Amino acid sequence: MAHGSSGGTPFKNPVVRWVDSRLPIFSMMVKEYGQFPAPRNFNYFWNFGALAMIVLMVMIVTGLFLSMHYTAHVDYAFNSVERIMRDVNFGWLMRYIHANGASMFFVVVFIHIFRGLYYGSYKKPRELLWIFGVIILLLMMATAFMGYVLPWGQMSFWGATVITNLFSAIPLVGDEIVTWLWGGFSVDNPTLNRFFSLHFLLPFVIVGVVFLHVAALHITGSNNPKGIEPKGPQDTLPFHPYYTIKDMFGSGVFMIIFAMFVFFAPNYLGHADNYIPANPLVTPAHIVPEWYFLPFYAMLRAITFNIGIPFTGVTIIEAKLGGVITMFGSIIVLFFISWLDTSPVRSARYRPIYKWCMWLLVLAVVVLGYCGSQPAEGLLVVVAQICTFYYFLHFLVLMPLLGKLERPLPLPRSISEPVLREPGAGPLPAGATAKPMEKS
Amino acid sequence: MWKRACVLAALACVALGGPASASEGATHPPAQDWEFNGLFGTFDLASAQRGLQVYEQICHACHSLNHVAYRHLGELGFNEDEVAAIAANYQLSDGPDENGEMFDRPAEGSDFFVPFFANEEAARAGNGGAYPPDLSLIVKARSGGADYIYAFLTGFEEPPDGEELPAGRYWNEYFPGHQLAMPNILDVNTVEYTDGTEPTHAQMAWDVTNFLAWAAEPQMMERKQMGLKVVLFLLVFTALMYAVKRKVWANVHH
Repeated sequence: MAHGSSGGTPFKNPVVRWVDSRLPIFSMMVKEYGQFPAPRNFNYFWNFGALAMIVLMVMIVTGLFLSMHYTAHVDYAFNSVERIMRDVNFGWLMRYIHANGASMFFVVVFIHIFRGLYYGSYKKPRELLWIFGVIILLLMMATAFMGYVLPWGQMSFWGATVITNLFSAIPLVGDEIVTWLWGGFSVDNPTLNRFFSLHFLLPFVIVGVVFLHVAALHITGSNNPKGIEPKGPQDTLPFHPYYTIKDMFGSGVFMIIFAMFVFFAPNYLGHADNYIPANPLVTPAHIVPEWYFLPFYAMLRAITFNIGIPFTGVTIIEAKLGGVITMFGSIIVLFFISWLDTSPVRSARYRPIYKWCMWLLVLAVVVLGYCGSQPAEGLLVVVAQICTFYYFLHFLVLMPLLGKLERPLPLPRSISEPVLREPGAGPLPAGATAKPMEKS
Repeated sequence: MWKRACVLAALACVALGGPASASEGATHPPAQDWEFNGLFGTFDLASAQRGLQVYEQICHACHSLNHVAYRHLGELGFNEDEVAAIAANYQLSDGPDENGEMFDRPAEGSDFFVPFFANEEAARAGNGGAYPPDLSLIVKARSGGADYIYAFLTGFEEPPDGEELPAGRYWNEYFPGHQLAMPNILDVNTVEYTDGTEPTHAQMAWDVTNFLAWAAEPQMMERKQMGLKVVLFLLVFTALMYAVKRKVWANVHH
């Protein structure tokens, strides 16, 4: 990387120098992506931010080409998608990348969020960084939901009907809000049109919030698996080439998995019913959302009881409204965890009890996903209720409480401590000494 | 290492939790050894061409194929003259001409398969109120795909003892709910294959399923061939990136 002498720009190319002295965009790139000091101990979980960025770009590019051939009208939408699949040059490729890209985006972002939760990336001073992330998640969910409506298949139509109907649970004005969202008295052409419009708009809003997310990251610097701040240059590495190359390798692995879905199982994550044109008169046997919404869908359906004042028969919250509050609450609660978590230790590595609570949370979400994919009946309702209970218990009770009760393991003094021990700090275990350099 | 295992486990959960299959009251269709299965799968063009004959001579009397154009049959191995000849068997209404009149003309390669019934109402009227679904996407629109379609076409049986069928209803082992308005048509009607293959019930079901699998996903072969190249490239690219990463990190203790 270019290392500047003090004063002026460090660049040789006269055009670059000319631009840089007026708008220091090249200096900024060098500073933020070349020299940017990143903790030296990232594991592969730290690849997922870059992966999310890649998928976002892929989604915008493929979506742009799809929009050139798509017709947002209830009579033509389904057919126009089939024309894209059959007659547009590489239209099938664009569509399958876009459809599976949505799934890949959520896989990557869920792992990215898990990383943040496990290693305490939401804690001071990264609260705002985390909040931008939660906003991105909400925007992604809205975008994905509206995108799924566009092919105007059976699941598109009925998914849209179920989800928009949730707003009717709002007391007093619920029905009016639903009519306003629909632009009519059912999911119909105005609904499809506005969903297309918003589905085109929101990704660019996401790009904006991602910019803020990354900008905030570059102020605080990255967290790391140890959850302790770098104490000096011995704890960090310049972003380039160390993490650019690691991200390149990670994205290669990711793209192989992505490509396997696109080329060899493009409809595996979808639902067969969405290849049936939307029919308002025929309800599918089971209306299920895309897989990435299943845990939230399960929470929605887990609230099967009214909430009221005991022994009086007075209902305060109807079951339906309770479900809606629970579902949205499961995301909203994430906004507050920077303050709900009272532990001064970031990384779950050094939190023996919290670590297991974290894995329990993962288990609860996966089980909720399964419950969401099945008809809400019998034992599964109870299972979903227990998992939903744990989800909120984790954030609202365990996080504040464990910070006070749990005895964390001793933290390392610095990121580089275990590898760069001072002489006389004790016997080193075999193999921990610096290996001779591997020169290939 | 355990972290990597966790990532893989998470991906596996996603993959397994993905398809929410729900089909009650129907037997799970047995898996068949289709030629289009797998990473290197290709369409059995001879079978699919026979399947076109089954579709044209039997299924077409009720089921439309709206998303397939005659010109698409070129991908099924027919040359331009054969495509034109197949299309010319169908009449469609076109117009208006310069006098403002609608007129009938034979279909051309650029036309989409002409349905037997002009509209849904006509189709319902001709089928005792039931609407035979369009077959263009039927293989993708049914859970179980081609396995289901084949099992369905060969799954008509006498209803089990004690089960009453209303008039005009038939019993199928694999159909969700078992009762439907479609008769066991491949037992009633038969085609004379131009290539001399014996048109048994199972053979016709097999061939027409091959044809419909092609109709649902005509770009499948192109897709898989491109996929092999893409994945091969990505494997080399990723291996290269891994080697460079090792080299770059060689001097770093971590």
